[in-house]
This record gives sequence, structure tokens and C-alpha cells, in this order.
Amino acid sequence: MMWRSIVALSFAAVTLASSPALSQGDAAQGETLFRPCAACHMIGDGAVSRVGPHLNELIGRPVGALPDYRYSPVLEEAGAEGAVWDEAVLDRFLESPRDYFPGTRMAFRGVRDAQERLDLIAYMSAAGGQFEGAIAEASEGEVDPEIAAILEIAGDPAYGQYLSSECTACHRASGGDDIPSIAGLAPSSFIHGIVAYRNGSREHGVMNTIAARLGDEEIAALAVYFEGVE
Amino acid sequence: MSINRRVFLGSAAAVSATLAAPMVVRAQASANVVVVGGGAGGATAARYIAQASNGAINVTLIEPSRAYYTCFFSNLYLGGFREFDSLGHTYGKLASDYGINVVHDWATAVDRDAKTVSLAGGGAVPYDRLVLSPGIDFIEDSVPGWSTASQNVMPHAYKGGSQTELLKAQVMNMREGGTFAMIAPPNPYRCPPGPYERVSMVAHTLKEVNPTAKILIVDPKEGFSKQGLFEDGWERHYGGMIERIGPDFGAGNVSVDPSAMTVNIDGQVETVDVCNVIPAQRAGNIAFAAGITDGNWAPVSAYDLSSTMDENIHVLGDAAAQGAMPKSGFSANSQAKVAANAIVAALTGSTAFPARFSNTCWSLIETNDGIKVGATYEASDEGIVSTGGFVSQVDETAEVREETYRESLGWYDAITEDMFG
Repeated sequence: MMWRSIVALSFAAVTLASSPALSQGDAAQGETLFRPCAACHMIGDGAVSRVGPHLNELIGRPVGALPDYRYSPVLEEAGAEGAVWDEAVLDRFLESPRDYFPGTRMAFRGVRDAQERLDLIAYMSAAGGQFEGAIAEASEGEVDPEIAAILEIAGDPAYGQYLSSECTACHRASGGDDIPSIAGLAPSSFIHGIVAYRNGSREHGVMNTIAARLGDEEIAALAVYFEGVE
Repeated sequence: MSINRRVFLGSAAAVSATLAAPMVVRAQASANVVVVGGGAGGATAARYIAQASNGAINVTLIEPSRAYYTCFFSNLYLGGFREFDSLGHTYGKLASDYGINVVHDWATAVDRDAKTVSLAGGGAVPYDRLVLSPGIDFIEDSVPGWSTASQNVMPHAYKGGSQTELLKAQVMNMREGGTFAMIAPPNPYRCPPGPYERVSMVAHTLKEVNPTAKILIVDPKEGFSKQGLFEDGWERHYGGMIERIGPDFGAGNVSVDPSAMTVNIDGQVETVDVCNVIPAQRAGNIAFAAGITDGNWAPVSAYDLSSTMDENIHVLGDAAAQGAMPKSGFSANSQAKVAANAIVAALTGSTAFPARFSNTCWSLIETNDGIKVGATYEASDEGIVSTGGFVSQVDETAEVREETYRESLGWYDAITEDMFG
């Protein structure tokens, strides 16, 4: 409910201020600022949805629109009612994600500095491009064989529940500002994330260590368990 | 991995055998588990056993305090980064949401033949399995001159709660330019980086309210956890304020006089203004009362945290001698989940999965300057052994350090929810 009036407001603000301010983002600065975002979001060639949805063709894309990603209900609702990720909406969302879309599972407190938000948006625009009017098909056949092998395994949810107790020492089902919720993730997203920590392509002291000893069956068990957690 | 898998299949086979004798299982349908100690280990164990057994096990949690104040994060209160109340947790959800019978009393004795726990308030509680998670008690006379009778003059502040508040008040009221002394404990002790994070947080507070004050660490150990990281941080943030005297300068021979507020370091007497004595430690008293200790701690099997002296008693957290894991709230929480899985499997015939543990300790040096150390572990016949680990680096960027601190805030919220519901 709340987001709608804010969207309306931000449209108005954009119209009043017109757009020159929005074109002053520095994509190179934005690339540096994007680093923490990259823990969950891919952008650029070959990007796929992981813990967070991929951000290719984000600018102008309807909110909550990727078919292969399970969004927070508030984002699906916003998308169904016509919300679109234009620069103004992104700017307000990035300022304080949880105020803009209350209930979003995105674990990020926001970017207070207006210039930094412009830089980020400039980077996402440059690296991911504009929405082309149709959701690009997920590129079949490019799934990493390591991930494909795990997706083949029918995970044991009881084993996954036991293993998950290692995760819940830090990850709350309800999420938090600093450690993302992993409850309800689509298995493909969950597996992408864990495999990236396991092979070191994503760096995080705790997660690299935890993932290093997870075998394929254990990852599959965790994925099927967390998919079912509300 | 393949070894874990074999152990898992082995225990699954054992469970099938149990299921083949349904009368045994039915006789156990209303088994009793008693948990002594409602801290990081005990609260987690009670919650996981109650949740996994789905009503098949009666869980009683015996804990004298109505509110548990975590020792972990109490240093952040000393540094002014946390309100005292934010460290407190109550047992309401464990009782209402998980059906746990929470008894606020002291457990005074264990009758291992009758399988009962005696309460200070009278009566005895029967158990099929007993979980002891009593944390630490102090070894009297480990710092000559100090005893628990003098803890209000020279606080230990090494159990959460009023001692933490007392130490904070003493720091805030210290005379201008005064000396804060810490007598650091010998190994092994609760929370290896804890004393040094505490020094950092006291330094942070003193820098604001009493910048000419000094901090003196009298440390019987050659080295300590995350030493390079702490010393680098102290140099950057609190240059000149903190001095550490190690065993090479006599810190192995230290005594105190609480009435005179002096510290005697190998014959040299220093007058100090606040003296935080963290004595040598041992398992909580109930482990001794149960007769399952060897030396200062209670030895356990790494596979299910059961006592090597009584298979019906499991010991969690600081009190256990388990092998390679540090004594920490995170470790106790991790061990509790392994023990809970084993206990529920033994009492209800559910699947027993292989033991696996993890631990991470975050420490704050100064505002937004957080560091961490952690590892994963597994069970072996020789005790719990490490399977890999990581530690923060000295040359990390300010952004990484801030992220590490923010991560610790998320961890605190998650793990206390994991313990208390």
C-alpha cells in the first residue's frame, strides 16, 4: 500500500527536478559501490539470479518480473500493480529498501548518500543495460556443470533440516539488515550461492569455510529444506 | 565427506534396528530430558529437543535466573555500543511456543543411579537423558588475594549480568588519569578473544570520558587469540594507552589486595583504580556434583557430547572437555544441536545424523573496526577436530572491518533467536 503513494511522489519529484541530476552518476564509482551488492546480485554477461535476482536490463524492468526468481510478496504485489524499476524508483528504493518495500527480504540497509545512489544506478545502467520490453529467456545450456550435478540430486529434507541448524546461528528466517535471510530461496538460487562460496568465486571468510566442507548431497538437502521454509 | 556419509548410514541402520522393536520405542514415548543451565548451550538444546521430538519428549529446563544476560556482546556494553537491556533474554517463548517446562531453581546434585536431579528448592526431577550446560565457575586462589567474596571490589565480569554493570560503573567513575588493570586468565577459558575485546572497549570508553587514563593488562599467557589484530588496532586507535605485561616480565606470578587496590606483579606492587580480575576457570559446579569431571572439565565424546563417564549425561559448552573448539556461546550453541539430534534419535528412533560443528568469534576493536576468527569442526575418536578455518587480516580495508562489525550485529540477533526462540 505504502509504496504506491511513494512511487507517485517520486514520479512527481522527478518531473519537478527534471532529469539532469540523474545523469550525473559516475558508473566507475558505482562499480566500486556495487561490490557488496555483488554478494547476492549478478550483472553483466552471463548473469543469472542467485540469492538476489540478476540485474541485467533492470532499468525500466517491471518490479518482481523475472519468472525464475521467487520474490518477496511485496515486490510481486508492486509488480502486479504496475511498478517499474525506473531511475526514480531505484533511487528511493536504494535509499532505504525496507521503508520503500516493507517486507522485502533484501538484507541491505540502504545508501544514504544521494550521489552514491546515482553512481550505483549509473553503473547498473551501463553494466546491465535498459529493459528491452521483454524478459530475456534464461539461457539454457549454460548452467555450470557443478551446479547442474547438484540440481540432479533429490535432497533429503530431514538431513537438510539438521544441516540447517548450522546456518540458523547467523541467518534468521525473518532476515536482518546485515545477514540475508535464506528461507524460501529457490533451490537454483541457493545452490548458485553456496557453490560460489565453495569454489571461492565469492569471498567471505565464514561462508567459504562453511561451504568448503559441504558435499553435493548436503547442498541438495539444504536447498530442498530451505525452499520449504517460510 | 565420504566418512561423514558412512557414519550417517551406519547410524541410520542402527535406527532401523531400533524401529524393528516397536515395543521399546513405545515404552519411550514419553521420555524425560532435563537440561541444567539456560545459557547458550542449554537453551538451544532444550529448544531443539522439544521441537524435533514433537511432544514425544518432556523437556525440563532448570535455570535459576528469570532473565539470561549474555556474556557475549557484554563488552560492547562496556564500550557504549549496546544498551544493557539488549543483552537480556527471557524464557517465555521456550515455555509457551515449545512447551518446555522452565524451572527457576538451582540444580544442586545428580543421582546417576536413580537418574534424578535435586533442586535447591526441594524435590528431584527424573530424567532419561540429562544435559548439563552450566558454563564456568572460578578456581579459588588462582589469583592469590582474590576470591568471589571480593568480586564487588574487583569484578570478574566474566559471567553476564550484574558484574558487567558493576565493571562499567567503575570504569565510568574512575579518577581522571587513573589506571584500569586487567588480570587476564590462563588457558583454557571462556571466549579466548574476550579479555582483549574488553580492553579495546574499555579503551574506547576511556578515550571519550577519561583520555589520560591508562590500561594495564597482566597476562600469564605468552600470547592470545587474534593478538596481531588487536595489537595493530590498539596502536592505531589507542596509542600509548594500553600496556600488556606478559609472563616474561613476571605476570605468571601475580596477586592482588582488594582492600588496598593493589596488584603485585612478581614482587612489584602497583596501585590501580579499577581491577578486573578474570580468574582461572573450571566447569560449573553441577558437573563436579555429578561426578563426571576429570581435572577442571567434564570430558565428553565428540560424536554426541555424552560424558565419557555416563552415557546418559551430555555436557555442552564451556564445561566440556571436547577437543579443539574454543569455549564460546557459538560453540555451545553448535554442540547443543549435535547433542539434541543424538538425544532425540536415541529416545524416539528418529535419524541420527553425523556430528558437525562450527564457531565464529567476532570482536570489536573500535567503532566500525570489527574482526573475526572461525572454524568448522567434526567428531573423531580423539575429540572434536578442526576441518578448516579463517581469521581477519591486518591489512583489511575500513569497509571490510565495518562489514565484519555489522555482520556481528546480525549474528547476535540470529543466535539469540536460535537459543531462546
